[in-house]
Amino acid sequence: MIQSSTAVPPLPSDLLTINMGPAHPATHGTLRLQLQLDGETIVNVGAEIGYLHRGFEKQAENCQYQLVIPYAERLNYMGPVHNSNAWCWACEGLLGIEAPPRAQALRVITSEMARIIDHAVCIGTNLVDMGALTNFWYMYNYREKIYDLMEELTGARMMVNYPRIGGVCLDAPDGWLEGVVRVMADMQEVVAEVSGLVSRNRIFMDRTQGVGVITKEMAISHSVTGPCARAAGINWDLRKAQPYWGYDKLKFEVPVETAGDTYARTMVRFREMEESRKLVLQAIASIPGGAVMVTDHLVALPPKDKVYNTMEGLINHFKLIMHGIRPPRGEFYSATEGGNGELGYYIVSDGGPNAWRLRIRPPCFANYSVFPKIITGQLVADAVAALGSINIIAGELDR
Amino acid sequence: MMTEADVATRVQAHFGGRVLEAGAFRGQHTITLAPTDLREALLFLRDELGFEWLMDIGGVDYLGYDERDWRFEVVYAMLSMQHNVRFRIKVAVSEANSSVPSVWDLWAIANWEEREVWDMYGIVFENHPNLRRILCHDEFVGHALRKDYPITRRQKLSAPSENILCDRSEIA
Repeated sequence: MIQSSTAVPPLPSDLLTINMGPAHPATHGTLRLQLQLDGETIVNVGAEIGYLHRGFEKQAENCQYQLVIPYAERLNYMGPVHNSNAWCWACEGLLGIEAPPRAQALRVITSEMARIIDHAVCIGTNLVDMGALTNFWYMYNYREKIYDLMEELTGARMMVNYPRIGGVCLDAPDGWLEGVVRVMADMQEVVAEVSGLVSRNRIFMDRTQGVGVITKEMAISHSVTGPCARAAGINWDLRKAQPYWGYDKLKFEVPVETAGDTYARTMVRFREMEESRKLVLQAIASIPGGAVMVTDHLVALPPKDKVYNTMEGLINHFKLIMHGIRPPRGEFYSATEGGNGELGYYIVSDGGPNAWRLRIRPPCFANYSVFPKIITGQLVADAVAALGSINIIAGELDR
Repeated sequence: MMTEADVATRVQAHFGGRVLEAGAFRGQHTITLAPTDLREALLFLRDELGFEWLMDIGGVDYLGYDERDWRFEVVYAMLSMQHNVRFRIKVAVSEANSSVPSVWDLWAIANWEEREVWDMYGIVFENHPNLRRILCHDEFVGHALRKDYPITRRQKLSAPSENILCDRSEIA
């Protein structure tokens, strides 16, 4: 604001209310913000969500456990396969079974690949919002390579519908794991190029340092998790703290920064991509042999030759498809480290083939609830930079 | 090293006869209390047992599930990072008196989470600063996650909300 001298009376200024979204290029999804501006400074914020609400939880109460798998992938659609891996794991916890070690290793590999593309898209689009288009192409180009691998593994690129309750649907085809190792080798170059372009770049640093600061106290109060919390100095990663799928046997670091600003969040994501690469390579190096699906006939579909050639196999198949998997009565909460933080599934079972209640704890919902607070007092352009760095995925925000 | 069972024992010892239900399934423990005891329980967990994180609030509708005296439950998922342990506190909410004290002043995340529970179940949170719908449209009638709300029901909704500026409780 221009300082007025005593000689000239201050110009009358009204607050200007503007809408950003729901269809705005910088919101990367359907979010609506209403900003009240004094000049270019934000003085009040209204955040409206729900534009992508499609009744996921209601739908999940009305279909069988295994039919939720493809829906789950549409939560965080930037790293789809992690959501369904986590969902199957939650169901296994409710059933009290465990997937075979090879299936768990395949989940680690696919989930970490999902984390890499999630972070790649987040960093790439965030930089586009700040005018750095080149990085976007570098990151998206790399994402295509991971999508190619997903296609080779599952037949689909994005919504892969790969895991099953009790394992995964298919073993990796011959040569696939070697292909993953090759693509992982390319990643270091991409991350080095992109981080080399921005991490000591004066324009980028001016745009991001001290912008959209989430303090440690704010993170706890808003239960912000994942890269946003680690950028605020909270050393917490569920893969370390409450390990699953054999993460405790793999060596990796949890990147932590202390500034809590947009710059710190970007740097945490760069380093997490590198840690994910290490995890994928270790998981491939130590992948055990054996089956990728449990043999429990109450959970796993029988092999096709049994279905077509034996009465028992046919009945088993029919029972599972028509009557579903029936966990015991009870309630269960399972949490995994998703791309944006703690992805929790709280299931209440009444013993039937559908969940009585499925509550999803989406990381974005908590992360976004802090957003009005961190942009108040900042410029509109800063709000755009901060929004991209929190990586709001409307699919899991609105469910 | 504190386990969930230890936490359950401590909470039960603290609340004694006020515990409505205590459950355990696959190593996960829950305690059900009356809404009037909610704030005391969450503060007890936060200040005495080191549960500094409120991870999630979710409602459950038990209409037709079994013979219990209340229809709804509101579930508070707590996490202690220092002890690396989780715990769930549930409050029993009847249909006739469906109100629960708000905890938005203790954890800022409760502001939005409670709005979602109100939106989906129609459970009122007392002293909430801005109890509006959050996922459904302003004109939506009913509460979508109630068991007696049919999944096939369609509603026609027209205009977007004029003013969504917050009452400053979200940015203070």
